[in-house]
Amino acid sequence: MMKDEIYIAAVGQIPVQEHWNTSLRELAALAIRALKQECQLGHPDSLFLANMFAPNLSNQAHLAALIAEYLGWSGIEAVTVEAGGASGGAALRQAVLALRSGMVDSAVVLGVEKFSDKIGADIDVALATTLDADFESMHGLTPSAQAALIARLYFHKYSIPSNALAGFAINAHKNGAGNPFAMYQKAISEDTYLKAEMINPPLNLFDIAPNADGAAALFLVRGDHPAMRQIDQKIKVSASTLSTDTLALHDRRDPLDWRTVRWSIQKALEQANLSLAEIDLFELHDQFSIYLPIILESAGIVTPGEGWKLGADQWTGLSGRIPLNSMGGLKARGFPGGASGVYQAVEAVNQLLGRAGKNQLAHPHHTLIQSLGGPGATAATHILSCE
Amino acid sequence: MDRPKSNLLLIPERPVGIIGYGAYVPRYRLPAKEVARVWTGKDSGFPIKEKAVAGLDEDTATMSIEAARNALARAQISPEQLRAIWVGSESHPYAVKPTSTIVAETLGAVPHTQAADWEFACKAGTEAFVAATGMVGSRMMDYAMAIGMDTAQGKPGDALEYTAGAGGAAFILGPAEESLALINASYSYVTDTPDFWRREYQKYPEHGMRFTGEPAYFKHIFEAGSTLMREIGSTAADYQYAVFHQPNTKFPQRVAGMLGFNKEQIAAGLLVPTIGNTYSGAAMIGLTAVLDIAKPGDRVLVVSFGSGAGSDAFDFSLTDKLLERRKFALSTQDYINRRTEIDYATYVRYRGKLAMK
Repeated sequence: MMKDEIYIAAVGQIPVQEHWNTSLRELAALAIRALKQECQLGHPDSLFLANMFAPNLSNQAHLAALIAEYLGWSGIEAVTVEAGGASGGAALRQAVLALRSGMVDSAVVLGVEKFSDKIGADIDVALATTLDADFESMHGLTPSAQAALIARLYFHKYSIPSNALAGFAINAHKNGAGNPFAMYQKAISEDTYLKAEMINPPLNLFDIAPNADGAAALFLVRGDHPAMRQIDQKIKVSASTLSTDTLALHDRRDPLDWRTVRWSIQKALEQANLSLAEIDLFELHDQFSIYLPIILESAGIVTPGEGWKLGADQWTGLSGRIPLNSMGGLKARGFPGGASGVYQAVEAVNQLLGRAGKNQLAHPHHTLIQSLGGPGATAATHILSCE
Repeated sequence: MDRPKSNLLLIPERPVGIIGYGAYVPRYRLPAKEVARVWTGKDSGFPIKEKAVAGLDEDTATMSIEAARNALARAQISPEQLRAIWVGSESHPYAVKPTSTIVAETLGAVPHTQAADWEFACKAGTEAFVAATGMVGSRMMDYAMAIGMDTAQGKPGDALEYTAGAGGAAFILGPAEESLALINASYSYVTDTPDFWRREYQKYPEHGMRFTGEPAYFKHIFEAGSTLMREIGSTAADYQYAVFHQPNTKFPQRVAGMLGFNKEQIAAGLLVPTIGNTYSGAAMIGLTAVLDIAKPGDRVLVVSFGSGAGSDAFDFSLTDKLLERRKFALSTQDYINRRTEIDYATYVRYRGKLAMK
C-alpha cells in the first residue's frame, strides 16, 4: 500500500426506485447512513456531490452546501459536480484530484438524483437540457431520440438484424435479478424483449434505461489516512481520467466513433499500467442499449460493426469472456441520473471485495468503470483494483 | 358470524344489508385500438379492450335513474319508502344543482327524502354507501339508496382516454332481515395523496402518472383491504369473490395478488376490460356482476379507491333472498352484451369534444 495512492475505504447505496415519499436530501442522507455502516467517517474534509437535475426537477441549486449541512457536516468543503450523465464519474474524478493535490485528506463522493419530484413532460424537458440547447433540444431532440438516431445509423451502416441489441437488455435484466438494489429484479426472455412497446424506433422499452431515484456514496482517502489501518482488503483507484467531446451529435466527424470513450480508457490503462485483457469486469454506461456496442467498439474491445454480437451471454454475461454491468447496469439497476457513476463504483467495489452475492465474479482484480454524459460528450473512466 | 370487536371497523347498531341492486352500462363501445389508431398508431399493449361510452342523450343523472330503477325492482319496495337518495360521481351534470334531486323526483321518491351529491373521485359512490348504511343502522330510516355513476372525462390523446368509461350501479340499503347481502363490516382508509385531480373550470382531469400506482392505488387498497380482514379475522381464502376498484386491467389483478386473492376470485367482478373504468361506479358495478352469479352463503370482499385518496373496504355475506331478487332486473352482463361499436369520430361527437362555438 502506497501512502500517496488513493483508496475507496467504504461504499454505500440505497435501492434504485421511485422514492415518491423521500426527498432529495433524505435520499442523500440514507446513502451516507449506509456508508457509515462500513466505516467511521468522522467529519470528512470534502464532499463532491454528483447531481444532474436538482435545479430543474427539485428547484434546488446550491445543492452540495445544503446536503453537507443536512448531514451535519457544516463547514466542510462541498461542491456539486455536474457533467450530464457522467456527473457521478466526474465527481469521483474531482475527489481523486483533491486527494492527489494533498489539500484535503478525505473526500466523500455522493451521487443523488430525485426524478420523482416531477412527472411526464417536465422530466423530458430536464433530460433534454443535457443536449446542445441551441442546436439540438431547441429543435425537439431528446436523449432517447438522439440515441435512436445513432441506432438507426448503426443498424443501417452494418445491416444488422432488428433484434441485434436484445442480448444486452436480456443480460442486464438477468444481472438485475441478482441485485437487491436494482429497480428491476426480474429476468426477461427474448420474446418479452421482442414484444415490447416501441418507444423511439428502433429502440423499444427494453432498450432505454428507466429514470429513477437513487443515492450512492464513496469514502476516499490516501493510503496514509488512519481509516486505512482498519481495512484488510484495500480497493485502490488505480486510474482516473476524464475526456470531453462535442455535445451536438452533428458536430462529430463520425457519430459511431466515440473518441472520449477511447481516449479516457487508453489513458486510464496507461495510468494503471494494464492492458484491456487484464480488466476482469467492465461497468459501462448503458443508458440506451445502442450505447454498449458503440462503447465496446470505440474502446477497441471489438472491431467496428461487431459490437452488437457481444450482447450474447457467452461474451458479456457474468461467466462470459468480458463480464459487463454485473449488477444490471443502468438498464436494470436503473438510471439515477448523476448518481449513476457512483453506483457503478459501489458495484465494482462490491465485486472486488467478494460481496456481490448471487452475481459475484470469480476473483476479479481490476474493474473498469466508465460514466458517460450523452453519447460520449463526457467520459469519466476509473480503474478500481484489489490490492 | 359473530360481531367482531374492533375500534376500526364500521358496524351499525342495527344490522344492515343490501336489499336491492341495479347496474347500468350505456350501449356504445369505443375499442382501445380505435383510440390508438388516431393517437399513437400502436396495435398492442392497451390497458383494456374497450370502454363504454354514454350516448348523446345520456348523462350521470339519466344513467343513475336506470340503475336506480333496477335496484328498486329487486328491492321490491315502493320509491316513497326511500328516505335518502345519494349519488356519488365526478361527472355530475351541474356544478351547482344536485343530480340526486333529479333522480329522486324521477323515481317518485320525493319529497320526504334526503338528497345530495357526493364527490370523492372514484370512491364517491362507496362513501355514500357507508353513509347510507349508517342511516339505516341508526334506525333514522329503513331504506336509503347509494349510487356510484360516471361518464368519465378523458383528455383526448391522454393515457386515460383509453379507459375513461361510463356506467355504474345503485344499491338500496335496508334492515338485515330483508337483505340479499348482509354487511358484516366496512373500513375506510384515507390520506391526502394528490394522485389525480380536476380543478374548477378544468375540462379534463390531470394525473400523477406512475404516482397514481404505488403511493395511491396500491397503498390505499392494500391498507383498507388488509386492515378490514385483519380486524374481522378473515383471510382471502374465506371469500368466494373479491372486487377492487379497476382503472385498468392490471391494477386490480396485482392488488388482488398482494392481498392473497387468486384470479378466479376476482374474475366475475372484473369488468374493466369490456366497459372501461367507470370511476365512481367501478367497484360498485363489479359487485353487481358478482351478485348476479354468486350463491347464498358466499362471502364477498369489495374495496373501492378514490384519488386524493382513500379506499372503502366492505365484507358481505350473501343470503337466500339473492336468488329470487336478482331475476327482477337485467343482469350486469346483459348490459355489457348490449353493444354497439363506435368509431373515434362518433365518440368525439357523443362526448362533446368538438368546440362548436
